[in-house]
Amino acid sequence: MLVLLFILFGAMAIGCALAVVAQRNPLYSAISLIGVFISLACLYVMLAAPFIAAVQVIVYAGAIMVLVVFVIMLLNVEEEEHRRSRLRFLVPAAVALAAVLIAEVAFILVSVQESRVVPTSSASDVGLTQSIGAALFTRYLLPFEITSILLLMAIVGAMTLARRSGLLGSRDQLKRD
Amino acid sequence: MDSQTAIDIALKFAAISVAFVVVLLVVAYTVLAERRILGFIQGRLGPNRVGPGGLLQPFADLLKFILKEDIVPDKSTRFIYFLAPVITTMAALMTMIVYPFGPEIRIPFTNTVIPLVIAHFDVGLLYVLGITSVGVYGIMLAGWSSNNKYSLMGGLRSSAQMISYELALGLSLIGVILLAGTLDLAQIVERQSGWHGFRWFIFFHPLGFIIYMIAAIAETNRVPFDLPEAETELVAGFHTEYSAMKFALFFLAEYINMFTVSMLATTLFLGGWNVPFAEDIFGRGTFLFGLVSAIGFLLKVIFFLFLYIWLRGTLPRFRFDQLMSFGWKILLPFALLSIFLTSTLIFLFPNLF
Repeated sequence: MLVLLFILFGAMAIGCALAVVAQRNPLYSAISLIGVFISLACLYVMLAAPFIAAVQVIVYAGAIMVLVVFVIMLLNVEEEEHRRSRLRFLVPAAVALAAVLIAEVAFILVSVQESRVVPTSSASDVGLTQSIGAALFTRYLLPFEITSILLLMAIVGAMTLARRSGLLGSRDQLKRD
Repeated sequence: MDSQTAIDIALKFAAISVAFVVVLLVVAYTVLAERRILGFIQGRLGPNRVGPGGLLQPFADLLKFILKEDIVPDKSTRFIYFLAPVITTMAALMTMIVYPFGPEIRIPFTNTVIPLVIAHFDVGLLYVLGITSVGVYGIMLAGWSSNNKYSLMGGLRSSAQMISYELALGLSLIGVILLAGTLDLAQIVERQSGWHGFRWFIFFHPLGFIIYMIAAIAETNRVPFDLPEAETELVAGFHTEYSAMKFALFFLAEYINMFTVSMLATTLFLGGWNVPFAEDIFGRGTFLFGLVSAIGFLLKVIFFLFLYIWLRGTLPRFRFDQLMSFGWKILLPFALLSIFLTSTLIFLFPNLF
């Protein structure tokens, strides 16, 4: 049963990921990417990590991709034209990198088969909210706080850049609104 | 797969079907109630011809939707045009499985115990938020794929509005999570069963409740926040180009969403299925206790649905810039304040919780 579900969601994730690259229309690519995130969330649920799954859907599918789709719709981006000649030199590089990636995955698969580590049972509480929260606020407190400062910096930086290039209008104009 | 798993899966499917049928029936009669109550508020009768007192009106409407001609705009993006109402309805229905409709019910004269919740989920609350946020896509894509500027404006407005108010909605729930110490909806209800079934979180977290109600109305695109379908400006907003059954799906999704946010409000703030003094009268675990609790839950939800209809009959519509500045400049700071207040309360009186 679990194997069947794994094959289903894994195939969905791979199919959607291929569609992200293959689609010409940016909106279709974005929708396929949402499909990737949702099938990944399903895989997380099967790995007994419901919290990660829920956060995956809320943050990636629910917030980030909404903004991406929003921008695509707002700018009304046309279908990408066939201008592949400019990027032709990247094709061999892409093939080489893909080969490295596949080799890595194959290595991991082989080494997992050989190792004697017992896989975690699905009844463990590692992926539950309580254990994740406790770990984040005790053992991993410093990385957690540093990450939040990093995000804050990104927000402030985006605001500064947008204001300097006149996207938001000057401060006086904001006040008048 | 052994036979026990198969039976379990079949039982889950049966439970989900029953829940969906009940919800769809309640939704159908919410539509009728809305039309009758609006009629009453506006000094007219409302639909009362089909069946006794108009009780068969929802089925007549359904028949009409099925029989109507289904018009697809010529220049629309076909696949997404068909996908959008499906996403919206699916996202609206999918949250239904985690709500505790009542405590465990013991069937009389047998030892069978039926829990009135379909799925116990460690992150039930996050699941609800996640599925709700996916529902935005249906509306956005409907607006985009129709290839109509009014639809596009409606879709954009709606997505901007939903992103903005989702923040305040999520923040207003943090107080409840702090009070309950869990994200499992069934356990959140259990935590509210003290004080003879009157230990509702609304008493500890009233500001959060008010913010939740406002944000929830905005999330469901209802008056006074129904900017996405403001008929005086945008024809019918994102569903301008939709007809027949596809329009019916959007219509249905809106009312199912009303129902789910009402259920969430009941579960998180009004004690879920806890009916005051029911435990003292009937005793925990008896059949009558389960029945009374489930009916109590439904009555609380119906109260919220009535509130929605009442608001629609009473309030005018916001202007779009007012809506945005209200969400970001008033609702969000107050949501943060409510988290601060609730945390302080828990810190000062740790014995209370």
